[in-house]
Amino acid sequence: MANHTIAETIPMPYLEEKGLISWLTSTDHKRISILYLLSISTFFIVGGIAALLVRLELLTPGKTIVDAHTYNTLFTFHGTVMVFLFIVPGLAASFGNFLIPLMIGARDVAFPRLNLMSWYLYIAGAIIIIASLLQPADTGWTFYTPYSIRTGTDVILLTFGIFVAGFSSILTGLNFIVTIQKLRAPGMTWHRLPLFIWASYATAILQVLATPVIGISLLLLIAERVFGIGFFDPAKGGDPVLFQHFFWFYSHPAVYIMIIPAMGVISEIIPVFSRKPIFGYKAIAYSSLAIALISFLVWAHHMFTNGISQLAAMIFSFLTFLVAIPTAIKVFNWTATMYRGSIDLKSPMLYALSFIFLFTIGGLTGVFLAALAVDVHIHDTYFVVAHMHYVMIGGTVMGFLAALHFWYPKITGKMFNEKVAKIAWALIFIGFNVTFFPQFILGTEGMPRRYYDYMPKYQPLHELSTIGSWILAAGLFLMAINLIRGLSNGEKAPQNPYGSLSLEWQVPSPPPHENFEEIPYVTDWTYGYGKK
Amino acid sequence: MEEMVERAHAHHVDPVVGYESSKFGMWLFIATELLLFGGLFTAYTIYRAKYPEMFHEQHLELNKPIGAINTVILICSSLTMALGVTSIKRGKQELLRLFLSLTILFGMMFLINKYFEWGHEFRDGNYPGTSIFFSLYFMMTGLHMIHVIAGLLVLAVMLALSFTGRFSDKYNTPVELGGIYWHLVDLIWIYLFPLLYLIG
Amino acid sequence: MSLLPEAASDFAGKVDHIIWFVTVISLIFFILVSFFLVYFAIKYRRKKENEETPYITGSHILETLWTVIPSILLIIIFAYGFLVFREIKTPPSNTLEINVTGRQWLWQFKYDNGKTTINELRVPEGKPIRLVMKSEDVNHGFFVPAFRAKQDLMASMYTQLWFKATKIGTYDLFCTQYCGTGHSAMLGKVIVMSPEDYEKWEKSEEQVATGAPSAERGKELYVQRGCNACHSVDGTRIVGPTWKGLWGKEEVMQDGQKVTVDENYVRESILEPQAKIVNGYPPVMPSFKGVVSDEDISAIIAYMKTLK
Repeated sequence: MANHTIAETIPMPYLEEKGLISWLTSTDHKRISILYLLSISTFFIVGGIAALLVRLELLTPGKTIVDAHTYNTLFTFHGTVMVFLFIVPGLAASFGNFLIPLMIGARDVAFPRLNLMSWYLYIAGAIIIIASLLQPADTGWTFYTPYSIRTGTDVILLTFGIFVAGFSSILTGLNFIVTIQKLRAPGMTWHRLPLFIWASYATAILQVLATPVIGISLLLLIAERVFGIGFFDPAKGGDPVLFQHFFWFYSHPAVYIMIIPAMGVISEIIPVFSRKPIFGYKAIAYSSLAIALISFLVWAHHMFTNGISQLAAMIFSFLTFLVAIPTAIKVFNWTATMYRGSIDLKSPMLYALSFIFLFTIGGLTGVFLAALAVDVHIHDTYFVVAHMHYVMIGGTVMGFLAALHFWYPKITGKMFNEKVAKIAWALIFIGFNVTFFPQFILGTEGMPRRYYDYMPKYQPLHELSTIGSWILAAGLFLMAINLIRGLSNGEKAPQNPYGSLSLEWQVPSPPPHENFEEIPYVTDWTYGYGKK
Repeated sequence: MEEMVERAHAHHVDPVVGYESSKFGMWLFIATELLLFGGLFTAYTIYRAKYPEMFHEQHLELNKPIGAINTVILICSSLTMALGVTSIKRGKQELLRLFLSLTILFGMMFLINKYFEWGHEFRDGNYPGTSIFFSLYFMMTGLHMIHVIAGLLVLAVMLALSFTGRFSDKYNTPVELGGIYWHLVDLIWIYLFPLLYLIG
Repeated sequence: MSLLPEAASDFAGKVDHIIWFVTVISLIFFILVSFFLVYFAIKYRRKKENEETPYITGSHILETLWTVIPSILLIIIFAYGFLVFREIKTPPSNTLEINVTGRQWLWQFKYDNGKTTINELRVPEGKPIRLVMKSEDVNHGFFVPAFRAKQDLMASMYTQLWFKATKIGTYDLFCTQYCGTGHSAMLGKVIVMSPEDYEKWEKSEEQVATGAPSAERGKELYVQRGCNACHSVDGTRIVGPTWKGLWGKEEVMQDGQKVTVDENYVRESILEPQAKIVNGYPPVMPSFKGVVSDEDISAIIAYMKTLK
């Protein structure tokens, strides 16, 4: 924590200092946020290329470009990179880092050095995961035993990489909880906080409480392969179902680690572009916490067909339906926020609206999966693949892109080309739906997931899906080019181009080092749009 | 906008907030550690219920006296650690050094005992993978041992820093946090000892 | 194109009812939300800067309404789903039992009278069937879309699945738990026969030996016994070596030993696959001891010889 008097120094924009070393050693939360943004974007591209190859292979039945084993390593790599290197750190580490101190009126996070260390841990984990490509694992990102014990591929390196990256997630969560709890500016009471902060807080709790469990599970899996400890190996009296319990105890909350920050982003963007206070602030704020809490109690809904008891299935199904309620409330409240607003359909708003649209589909298809008898039919089929991508891309990635466009002027101090941004948005939106909607139908028709080869009757929908993946990729490419061009060609961004009332927009773009010349004194909530 | 945010006086992170934050952060970290071990305790409970005979027979092979001695050693180390924290809170730097050294000494004794104990098990042909019970034994005590080593490293850094005169009755947060961590290491052992050595 | 596969078991229709029920509810909500999103976006589109907007922060009535209504609907769906699930999971008492073994990468079915089939499950129409299932290696998943029936096979315990087929016909069987390289080739057929035909089939002798082992018969066995999951006949590499041009070829084993592919080597490889592993291939083939007869092996050899 800096202790020098601000008045004596002229605040310098955080981007000013040049040089690689200054970037790699800075403890400024905004610079660390940029480090995360660049690294997760890189891994998004890496994981995305794997996804395109997977889709290309599925264009025709049988061999299209690679053999079965290579295909299996491809979808494993795609899943692992996207989950553990892109979407789990994703919004929380990148935008969370940038925005939390700014939004609550603090100069930095509670433990800036720990923050930088978290990034290094993340990179260390990422390097190990990439190194595992020398002998890529073929287990799927779920690492189910006993297959993950028996396969001859390098599971140890991959899981160890995830283990290391997990520490980064734990420490980031810990840092954010303490920051939000202890460093809010005077007057910034809990009920004045921006909803993104509530979302980040709920996410951080999940990161801190769930990640250690995946840590120990993967550690035990490694020990299983090295020493043959037998916990998860039926040949030695162990129980593969136990591994599934351990795995999903983390990985279900992890789904909410991925989506809750995106919900926070949407809660910020809709009011700004509607010039309206968020509708039902408290319901949205507490529903984040409710989702976080219930998400710890639903993990076995991934296991309805593996032989768990009817009673357990009943309880977990019921709890799963409970999660749908706070989620539905959010969707309705966001929609109601637009009522009688002054709606500006700029690119961040378009992304935010498509989030609501696609996430609603993702959420409603989750209801199918939660209904026990229906789950029996569609579990482990393409329906699940589609549902999960509607939530993760339609939800989280749309939220991420919304955030990227919304805070771009603040982060970079530049504006991007709005027209190109809208074209890119349209391509992404169409491409996404063409890719993943057919997969719902493939699923209800019975096409199992993780299939290298498939029956000819499924081909037309697979073809459509693959074509969609190219449109989606083209849209993402155009979007990226537009934002990169904005860095050099864009106009200088004003302090508050969209007229937001949130604190981060009340400092210059880009914000100065240490954020605030003087710590603000907050007298009202963040959403006072239209207040007389 | 101006009506919403008034300018307050220049405000820095004051030491009290810093202290509270650090302590809160440490407790959160302790929570994650408990969840890490929680996985192993869950596995223990499940397999103990599944294979009661195996647990009964094989726990007899463990060396109870060494386990008991190690328990006493760790309890003593927790005591010296607590005394160390109290000393520095009263500003007594020499006492802090003394108690930190004693704590480290106890920690080393624990590790040495563990070394002989494991060596003994290996000679008897008990390895991780011999049976679920021994796998649990080695995983639980092994993970604990890693924590003891980490704790010792933390304490060694504290000891080194204490010679620079950095800690005083006014500033001693790192010592206190190190202490909390050391007590956690002790506490986990207090659970491991009866679960593995005593009840079967 | 249909959205759901043909319904051929007695609870398939009930599952489909829930699917349609949830679909209707979902569509109502989806259309409602999308309608308002689009309607508001158009109606309240910003026409000039500095438009006045009302200060509305919420409405307890509305929020209660859209908490309570979805909650009630969700509970109804939950109950509906659970009731049918219970039926799917609770077999009646008068079932016909068939043992199912899953292994990388084939299905083996053992019937009451000791008859064994591979990748082909034969059941009589209208009779409740209970499958008692276990995996021999990793997790597998037994899935017949037409029956809306799915159950994982574990190596640590027996699991069960029951159904009553209601339509004579042949249906696809998939493995749904990812089980490695041959996962997508671990396919089978469920053949639903009339009770009379089933009885006839059950009582028939295994396979009537028809004089000399024919390559024709070998070709049938190649599919029936699931060899095709791992061995191609067109030269492509799946999991194991292709059979094309294999006969008489000299192969290098993992220990460097050279072996010529002849009758005895093929026989050994079928009965004791782990004895000699060709260099560069994984040692994953299961033993077919007691599953294929000597005549069958001769037929397979005859078939191999035709694959030049």
